[in-house]
Amino acid sequence: MQIISQILFLLALVAGIWFFTRNVKRLIRNIKLGKEIDRSDRSGERWAKMSRIALGQSKMVKRPIAGILHVIVYVGFIIINIEVLEIIIDGLFGTHRILSFMGGFYNFLIGSFEILALLVLIGVIIFWTRRNISNIYRFLSRELKGWPKNDANYILYFEMVLMLLFLVMNATDYQLQLNGAAHYSQEAGIVGAFPVSQFLLPIFDGMSNATLIIIERAAWWLHILGILIFLNYLYYSKHLHILLAFPNVYYSKLQPKGEMDNLEAVTKEVKLMMDPDADPFAAPAEEDADAEPEKFGASDVMDLNRVQLLNAYTCTECGRCTSECPANLTGKKLSPRKIMMDTRDRVEEIGEIINKNGKFEDDGKQLLDDYILREELWACTTCNACVEACPIGIDPLSIILDMRRYLVMEQSAAPNELGISMTNIENNGAPWPYNQQDRLNWVNEN
Amino acid sequence: MAEALKVPTMAEYMAESKKPEVLFWVGCAGSFDDRAKKITKAFVKLLHNAGVDFAVLGTEESCTGDPAKRAGNEFLFQMQAATNIEVLNGYEIKKIVTACPHCFNTIKNEYPALGGNYEVVHHTQFLKSLLEEGRLKVEGGKFKGKRITFHDPCYLGRGNGEYEAPRDLLRKLEVELIEMRKCKSEGLCCGAGGGQMFKEPEPGNKDVNIERTEQALEVEPEVIAAGCPFCNTMMTDGVKSKNQEDDIAVMDVAELIASAEDL
Ligand code: SF4
Ligand code: SF4
Repeated sequence: MQIISQILFLLALVAGIWFFTRNVKRLIRNIKLGKEIDRSDRSGERWAKMSRIALGQSKMVKRPIAGILHVIVYVGFIIINIEVLEIIIDGLFGTHRILSFMGGFYNFLIGSFEILALLVLIGVIIFWTRRNISNIYRFLSRELKGWPKNDANYILYFEMVLMLLFLVMNATDYQLQLNGAAHYSQEAGIVGAFPVSQFLLPIFDGMSNATLIIIERAAWWLHILGILIFLNYLYYSKHLHILLAFPNVYYSKLQPKGEMDNLEAVTKEVKLMMDPDADPFAAPAEEDADAEPEKFGASDVMDLNRVQLLNAYTCTECGRCTSECPANLTGKKLSPRKIMMDTRDRVEEIGEIINKNGKFEDDGKQLLDDYILREELWACTTCNACVEACPIGIDPLSIILDMRRYLVMEQSAAPNELGISMTNIENNGAPWPYNQQDRLNWVNEN
Repeated sequence: MAEALKVPTMAEYMAESKKPEVLFWVGCAGSFDDRAKKITKAFVKLLHNAGVDFAVLGTEESCTGDPAKRAGNEFLFQMQAATNIEVLNGYEIKKIVTACPHCFNTIKNEYPALGGNYEVVHHTQFLKSLLEEGRLKVEGGKFKGKRITFHDPCYLGRGNGEYEAPRDLLRKLEVELIEMRKCKSEGLCCGAGGGQMFKEPEPGNKDVNIERTEQALEVEPEVIAAGCPFCNTMMTDGVKSKNQEDDIAVMDVAELIASAEDL
């Protein structure tokens, strides 16, 4: 009997890890659909930023209520998962509470886990009410309708159930220890401390040891299976941020926010144009002859870089960016959160095609127009409020800019008045139709 | 008629084989926009007052390319950058001051990779350093005790992390500095950036400058201080649309100082 449960446990564990590995591989493959970008510089600063923002959650607490609750849930959830280590050993070797040899320290650990579990439970319940009952602007946007809203709630339910199972498991275990049931009671007396679950004991009052064992085992199994399922749910969920926030912050931009990258391909062309010795009719060098001319800007996710795609997978859909966006606040269609969600949806769509066919085949769709509308792109003031607000270092603005570049340089599709001001810059060196020769007239005007 | 301003150009300096302490980059708005020209002049007066040896490029100056770049026209931006860098490097410019955060950001951050390396400062930073060196005197006077709120320009504040220089100057004026609900790193944009200045807004239910003006009105200021010609226009329009232009002035930090010193 015991050996069967050990084998089942091993199978579940292997399946869970296998599936998770497969998803991680897909994730990496999808991110690599993007262009390479070199962010290997300034590693010291990057580590520091990562520990401050991802590990230390310094930006989360800018909004104190949500921030502090988040820290509790995050710390609690991570620490409680230390318990998983014991569960895995027990599951594989058929032992029970193998780590209890640590004595007082073990009791301290289990006791702390219980308190954290209770805090997590409370935190998650408050999160649920905030998301579903309070009218919070950033949870009401249209891009959250449907799956994103359900996803957010599923995670909360998941965490509630996992915490409850953990407490039920401990309570029944405690009762069994009190009853002196075989396999549960230990020579050392009661192992573990149960500051929270002891209050659940009345529920199990009068139950036979056999019943208690069934409940305890059920809670134990559901708890570990739940964790394995949760681990594999991540890939399909905004909850991926619990893993990706770290690399995402590490690879985020370190330059001043106002600085936007200069396109290298353009630099080359401009040099050529400005160089009086360059022969515009010269045949291109041999190796370039059949190379495709470089596309400017982005119309689909393959034109974005890998950090931008990592950004998309990391986005936790919190909407802090959108709630600071001047365009969104004044009723425009633009929502930086939606930019990130659309990008992820599109990468996933392409990923699915690759899963099916082994390679990407044009599906007649692209990120521009099929997901992100021009109207959204043209509403951006490039104010960087979204970048500043994001608690995990995402840069929605860089995607907006790359898509504008495509519209303007590949499609000449700038809004009319904007096109006129660009013509002015080209001809007179100012966005207005004034003559460059009049540039100093202000000196003598009143 | 006011006394004519003396504004030397680099070409004139070159002819006398002199080099100025700093190049004043005027920018398109500062050169052509009627409201912004007043800021330019106020700043020039302060430069003279502090005895700063400066020059402008005059007709050799051209748009930095900021609006083009942020509208997606990287090509036009880099053409503009190349032209300007050629002129600046030709004059061996070392230090640039500008009253426009967009020019400031572009020349400071985006020109270096294209061959233009200069020390670039925003005029509020420059004025602050003049003050610290004792070259410029700023005292309370006219604005002492007035309720003034500062609207952070995106490309000075969030874009480049400078929140204090303009505020330090205002404090020197002994004003009652009041902050809007959204300020500094959380400041709301005026709505002009990213090329919006040069196009109609996308459909929505309000203009961004109105939203920002409402935030400013919440703190009941007598003056809304700005540090960018575009913010200035946006906020001025916002105040007008609320019919408050008689009670609330929108002024650049440089204008406030110049006016306090009766320049
Ligand atoms: S940079 Fe654009 S998308 Fe981001 S907050 Fe500003 S206007 Fe919105
Ligand atoms: S981009 Fe950042 S701030 Fe915006 S929704 Fe995603 S995680 Fe939140």
